[in-house]
Amino acid sequence: MKIGSRIYLFLVFFFLYAPILVLLIFSFNASNSTSVFAGVSLQWYRRLLHDSATLQAFRNTLVLAVSSSVLATVLGTAAAVGIDKMKKGPAKTGLLATTNIPMMNPEIVTGISMMLLFVFVGRLIHMDAVLGFGTLLIAHVTFNLPYVILTVLPKLRQTDPNLAEAAQDLGCRPVSAFFKVVLPSIMPGILTGLIMAFTLSLDDFIISYFTSGPGFQTLPIAIFAMTKKRVKPDMYALSALIFVSILVLLLLYNFMQRKSDERARRKEK
Amino acid sequence: MKRHSTSRFNVIASPYAVWAALFIIAPLIFVVYYSFTDASGAFTTENVSALSKYLPTFLRSIWFGIVATLICLVIAYPTAYLISQKTENIQRTMVLLVMLPMWMSFLIRTYSWMAILEDENGIINGFLASLGLPRVHMINTSFAVILGMVYNFLPYMIMPIYSVMAKLDRSMVEAAQDLGGSRLTVIRRCIIPMSMPGVVSGITMVFVPSVSTFYISQKLGGGAFDLIGDVIERQFQQSYNYNLGAALSLVLMVLILISMAVMNRFTGDEEGMAI
Repeated sequence: MKIGSRIYLFLVFFFLYAPILVLLIFSFNASNSTSVFAGVSLQWYRRLLHDSATLQAFRNTLVLAVSSSVLATVLGTAAAVGIDKMKKGPAKTGLLATTNIPMMNPEIVTGISMMLLFVFVGRLIHMDAVLGFGTLLIAHVTFNLPYVILTVLPKLRQTDPNLAEAAQDLGCRPVSAFFKVVLPSIMPGILTGLIMAFTLSLDDFIISYFTSGPGFQTLPIAIFAMTKKRVKPDMYALSALIFVSILVLLLLYNFMQRKSDERARRKEK
Repeated sequence: MKRHSTSRFNVIASPYAVWAALFIIAPLIFVVYYSFTDASGAFTTENVSALSKYLPTFLRSIWFGIVATLICLVIAYPTAYLISQKTENIQRTMVLLVMLPMWMSFLIRTYSWMAILEDENGIINGFLASLGLPRVHMINTSFAVILGMVYNFLPYMIMPIYSVMAKLDRSMVEAAQDLGGSRLTVIRRCIIPMSMPGVVSGITMVFVPSVSTFYISQKLGGGAFDLIGDVIERQFQQSYNYNLGAALSLVLMVLILISMAVMNRFTGDEEGMAI
């Protein structure tokens, strides 16, 4: 039984990592094939460093991910605080139901629905190339918002409302009571929401595909354009680099969490 | 003095309320508007009546979606259970390993499957040939498309089931064992019912993207297995028939809403999602 379960888990993980293994290996291929290995070389990595279009797309992706996740976090935290204070009623229910829509809808529907809005408005104001950074930013903020709101709301419910009142009794103004008492206690939720929004935005292809224009390409869209043609291992090199950086980030995060858990355990003792 | 005031609507939420109205609600209204108008903006039911032509595509999408979801469930359930039985540190590492592939562009991972499954130069077929075995045709089949779906969305099934299992009350399981339940009985009568919320949320998280995908079917199906996502994508990026595309999306949306309602009724889940 023990051995059986180990083999099972191994097979599942092998399935999950087989294509990643393939692209890691072929990113070092000496020939330009993605299926016949002809020897080890670093030429695709070297080529990548000189590919200005891909590097530009990478910069665009970072700019978009940072700006959309920060904007969504500010808007979403304010929304969560407001929703948390509302009485039960149609306004609250409606707002929460609306928040769920982008999470339930297929991404392709979210993408084309926003595209229709942008194209319609673009026609109204006689702007031909309406799709670009602005529309991408709006789209990314929109699909990030629910994740921020739904990670901050539970934290708000956990905080004691008396805390803010106590601060006010001790002479704090309501606004500074919020910043000094409530905000620190919901900070972990806000940070989780921010990180989630950032990674979602970084990786998004489907919604970006419908809401971006030729003027502003993100990395997933550049990759899509590349996979339409016969792919050379340069794309594999690019994804290998992305994979390794994510792996390092996650290991670091894991390590830090383990450390803080240990600290918490020591405190308990 | 009453300071902790609650009201029906709070001003702090108003920027979001405006944003949601403009960019969540209004786009959906536009989907409906475009579905029932033609290119000049005049009312028509032409788009909706043209849909019958796409019935086989819709049926194929739903069928592929159901098969992929079921395979994911069969693979993911034991995986989630086995992970939840490990020590805390191993659990954390394994969860990380499950989520890691999701952070890589699904376009590239799908493309990499093409290299594995190809006929002539494919990695599996190359391996078979070197052993002197006959080649197997895999790429551009429905098998390849479903494999692509299962591969891409499997973590979405493992994660919610695992998070429910990790929180399962151990004492309940122990009580069932103390009362003489065999290993299988405990799993069937105790663990499976308690993990239902995770299963329901996993099913939606796999079914929705599988039904609406367009990239996987193009790359691994070679265009021979058009799914509804492919047809919608073409209306917006190739033939520029936004009105037909909107009508197709509207039907897709309604279809998914119905299937989720049916599933929630079927499982009798009152608490909703457990993400």
